[in-house]
Amino acid sequence: MTDTPSAVLTLDGLSVKLPAGADRLHALNEVSLAIAADEILCVVGESGSGKSMMANAIMQLLPGGVSIDGGRVLFEGHDLAAAGVAEMRKVRGAGIAMVFQEPMTALNPLRTIGDQIGEMFSIHTGLPKKDIRARVQALLEDVRIPDPQQAARAYPHELSGGQRQRAMIAMALALDPKLLIADEPTTALDVTTQAQILKLIRELQQRKKTAVLFITHDFGVVAEIADRVAVMQHGVIVEQGSVRDVLLNPQHAYTKQLLAAVPPLAAPAPRVLSDDMVLTIDNVSKTYRTGGFLGRGARITHAVKNVSLQLPRGATLGIVGESGSGKSTLARCLVRLIDPDAGSIVSDGKDWAKMTKENVRRETRHIQMVFQDPFASLNPRRKAGELVAQGPIIHGTPRVKALADARELFALVGLDPSAGDRFPHEFSGGQRQRIGLARALALQPAILVADEAVSALDVSVQAQVLKLLAELRQRLGLSIVFITHDLRVAAQICDLVAVMKDGEVVEHGLAGDVLGRPQHPYTKALIASIPGGNFERARP
Amino acid sequence: MDAVKRYCRSPSALVGLFLLLLVVAMAISAGWLYPRDPLSLAGRPLIWPFSNPRFLLGTDNSGRDIAAQLFYGARISLLIGVVATAIAVVIGVLIGAFAGYYGGWVDTVLMRITEAFQTLPNFVLLLVLVAVFGSTLTTVTIAVGIVSWPAPARLTRAEFLSLRNREFVQAGRTLGMKDIQLILGEILPNALPPVIVYASVVMAVAILLESALAFLRLSDPNVASWGNLIGLGRDVLRVQWYVSAIPGIAILVTVLAVSLVGQGLNDALNPRLKGR
Amino acid sequence: MRILSLAGRRLAASIPTLFLILIGVFLLLQFAPGDTVDAMMAQMGGGDANTARELRKFYGLDLSIPVQLGNYLWKLVRLDLGFSSIYGKPVATVILERLPPTILLMTASLSFAFFFGLVLGVIAARGFNKWPDTLISTLGLIFYATPSFWFGLMAIVVFSIYLQWLPAGGFEDIGAVQTGLWRTLDITRHLVLPTLTLGLIFLAIYLRIMRASMLEVLNLDFVRTARAKGLDETRVVVRHVLRNALLPMVTLIGIQAGTMLGGSVVVESVFSLPGLGRLAYESVIQRDLNTLLGIVFVSALLVILVNFFVDLLYARLDPRITAEG
Repeated sequence: MTDTPSAVLTLDGLSVKLPAGADRLHALNEVSLAIAADEILCVVGESGSGKSMMANAIMQLLPGGVSIDGGRVLFEGHDLAAAGVAEMRKVRGAGIAMVFQEPMTALNPLRTIGDQIGEMFSIHTGLPKKDIRARVQALLEDVRIPDPQQAARAYPHELSGGQRQRAMIAMALALDPKLLIADEPTTALDVTTQAQILKLIRELQQRKKTAVLFITHDFGVVAEIADRVAVMQHGVIVEQGSVRDVLLNPQHAYTKQLLAAVPPLAAPAPRVLSDDMVLTIDNVSKTYRTGGFLGRGARITHAVKNVSLQLPRGATLGIVGESGSGKSTLARCLVRLIDPDAGSIVSDGKDWAKMTKENVRRETRHIQMVFQDPFASLNPRRKAGELVAQGPIIHGTPRVKALADARELFALVGLDPSAGDRFPHEFSGGQRQRIGLARALALQPAILVADEAVSALDVSVQAQVLKLLAELRQRLGLSIVFITHDLRVAAQICDLVAVMKDGEVVEHGLAGDVLGRPQHPYTKALIASIPGGNFERARP
Repeated sequence: MDAVKRYCRSPSALVGLFLLLLVVAMAISAGWLYPRDPLSLAGRPLIWPFSNPRFLLGTDNSGRDIAAQLFYGARISLLIGVVATAIAVVIGVLIGAFAGYYGGWVDTVLMRITEAFQTLPNFVLLLVLVAVFGSTLTTVTIAVGIVSWPAPARLTRAEFLSLRNREFVQAGRTLGMKDIQLILGEILPNALPPVIVYASVVMAVAILLESALAFLRLSDPNVASWGNLIGLGRDVLRVQWYVSAIPGIAILVTVLAVSLVGQGLNDALNPRLKGR
Repeated sequence: MRILSLAGRRLAASIPTLFLILIGVFLLLQFAPGDTVDAMMAQMGGGDANTARELRKFYGLDLSIPVQLGNYLWKLVRLDLGFSSIYGKPVATVILERLPPTILLMTASLSFAFFFGLVLGVIAARGFNKWPDTLISTLGLIFYATPSFWFGLMAIVVFSIYLQWLPAGGFEDIGAVQTGLWRTLDITRHLVLPTLTLGLIFLAIYLRIMRASMLEVLNLDFVRTARAKGLDETRVVVRHVLRNALLPMVTLIGIQAGTMLGGSVVVESVFSLPGLGRLAYESVIQRDLNTLLGIVFVSALLVILVNFFVDLLYARLDPRITAEG
């Protein structure tokens, strides 16, 4: 099958070597693939699987020290793996174009959008300036950017993430390339924007009959956009086939494991909730004033606006929303990392919102937080055991006892108790998140605030941490406030869900109700935007 | 230990370390090799280097041994370099840490002061300080330290600004740590490595500043310093240029050594930035 | 227009800084042994205590320090920097006479350091870890470690004494009265060595920053985008990397302006240039505190002005600046 006659691009036993000292010898190991004209092939894998390396290898944009050491990349009868620099330049942009993950950094900040798209024509064609301007205009209309004329004159920082990604797509499709490589093009975007961009890529692909190599880590996206799928693990393609076959009838163990880890959107049967409210949030607001010299041009942002919510003892309250919805600000108000402007946060008979700094420091053991970034949330200069013991030591536990307790906590969160002598960088992302959890639990809090605590993790690790969290909730009688942008994750763990938009709660209630029978138009839009809805329904 | 290994892997860093140790050895052995006062008359003035085995590097306009002054000068340069750098880094870290951690009006006030110090040309301020407080070794060292603190202060402030909102610091806060615990225990250890690396730049500049001051005869005239000797040699530059040339090379080598060690430390402490 | 108002606002914000400096240095100078009158008396070859008292009264030096400070600042607002007893002229006049050589020297050194720093930095970054990079980086380190006054002296030994190509000092030939082009050429000849001497350390700093900045920008995502478009390396560098990499260089001009002015004190002394720096040195030696304070004011003003132009330039280079305003 590697020599399908209609194939636009064929990878034949492609291997890419990593520099000495990397965690494995090859980034790609004898990868063979073929992409036909007019199809979208998704390459899916977890971080470090080598999927992005493959895209860069095709374009010969590999980072220093990494090189192709075997196999062929056949494109229009030429082997790109053996192509010279000049030949490769002709292919890039014109024959194969590329869209990258980070729309924020993939465009030159100092040049206008129109200028950067127009550059495609000035490199590869001899079109006069006037024609280029017209073509740029037409392209921007094609990707349905609002106000294309204005957008052509704009600098990247003046556009939103979604608009920038549209501009990137316009640029990639400028010369009608045979193949479009899209490397996680929607990963950095909000879910509603992601849905729009996926739809756009699908539409343009069908109209222009471009072959698309789509790289992603998200099976939802795969279900949404792919014709065929290739699953990658440790630089090897373990399984490939049509999207139906792979998603519904996976053969390889790894594929099965990955698919099983994707949380279903439907909430499990509701648990019985206590009538005792452990936390009552009443009319909490937080406003930011930015910029403005002597009152001129000052902007007022209502980060959190009159939010009122309740958390029953032993329950999990999910707060979902897109970036900028104010969910993280609310979480930080709960632990008083941010001081709310108005409202009350009552727990255990005390109002957290109005407590003095001194009292917050003393009482903070009752409400603890788990952070998003497994790399930034642990002080790199302290050993794991010390990190976990720190809290109790501050609150008066003798050091020796705190360190001994830390060993027990390690076991509780599923880590080797002897791991306390290691530094954070010696752990994987999932393990670090467990340390963060142990650190919060060391103070035996009644309430745990988890801010996007599983968002930075690969899907299989995510599933394990979620399972751990559910177990701990049961065992320790924890009440959890769970902040997430991912509705699938929220459906898994939350009893109650509140949907936030622009600082306000637009809808809240039992998870099954909110996610299953949404009332507010925004909630409906959010749910409709979740990639892979079809796949959801087809799932056994 | 990794850092030591990484440091030793860089040839230029090892060369720097070797040169620095050489200068330190000169400073230590000065009293032993040249027990006489280096500023006392030793022989005929203006003997060319290598022409008289008693004065290997010759004598200056007033018949003082250049080699002896060179060895004693190493003491002065290192002393001023280390002490002035210590003063500058301590002031800088204190001011930068408070400004960066507390932000708001504390930051505004402290940064205004820093800005004032940076707006005034440092050498002009040095001249003013020397004009007011005189030119003894102590005042010159303190003055050099005082004009050198703004850069480390800005660096420390930038580090604190980026670190204070890092999640591990917020985690410390939610655990109930006091400000001082957060500053000293969580932020400072992470903010310090770039400041330590930058201290090598401060030290290099401090040595250059003092030697320039001495060259203008505004530093302590009663100690054997390299800058003094260069200033002295200026009077006989037309023919006996070696009087100025020799101590200049000593300054160059010392500053080069300090810079190379600083660069080596940078690569060793921030392995990701290697080669930058 | 938005750029101008932004830079103007920064300029206005530096006025308090200027006053902070002046007040600080004014108070500092109160600790100085001897005042202007002492210097004048010394100049006149001594005098009795009565004359000194009269003079102090005339110059307002018998008033309390806050009042003196107030008087000084009030005079300053009317651009009166006081009187230099040593030169027998108003301080403003003395400084204005000495300003042109310094400004010329600074402009020349800055241009020299910026241009060659940029070129060498780009060459070094392009040949990262190959021999041109090693050579340029090593040279940079050596230039950085070279004391400027010593380099100046050695340059005089080589180019003025042995080769006799260039004059050893001074701003122009005083002997021959020259006009127009010849005078320009003469001044240029006199400024070659001072420019190299002052510019050398900044050349080293600029090339190091430019190299680092190039290497950093070359790693950014949009450079990969540019390559994926099919641009060749030269065009990637010229059209996408260079302008981005220039931003830290431009910032550095502002930060280094004060250091450069300070460096001119030494260089002007080595080459006996009648500039502001040499005036600063002379006024310290002669204890002409009024002039010294005036120099502090003018040099701070110069640094603020340089920063104003740097702000303008930066805003022209980077469209993101005006958006934040």
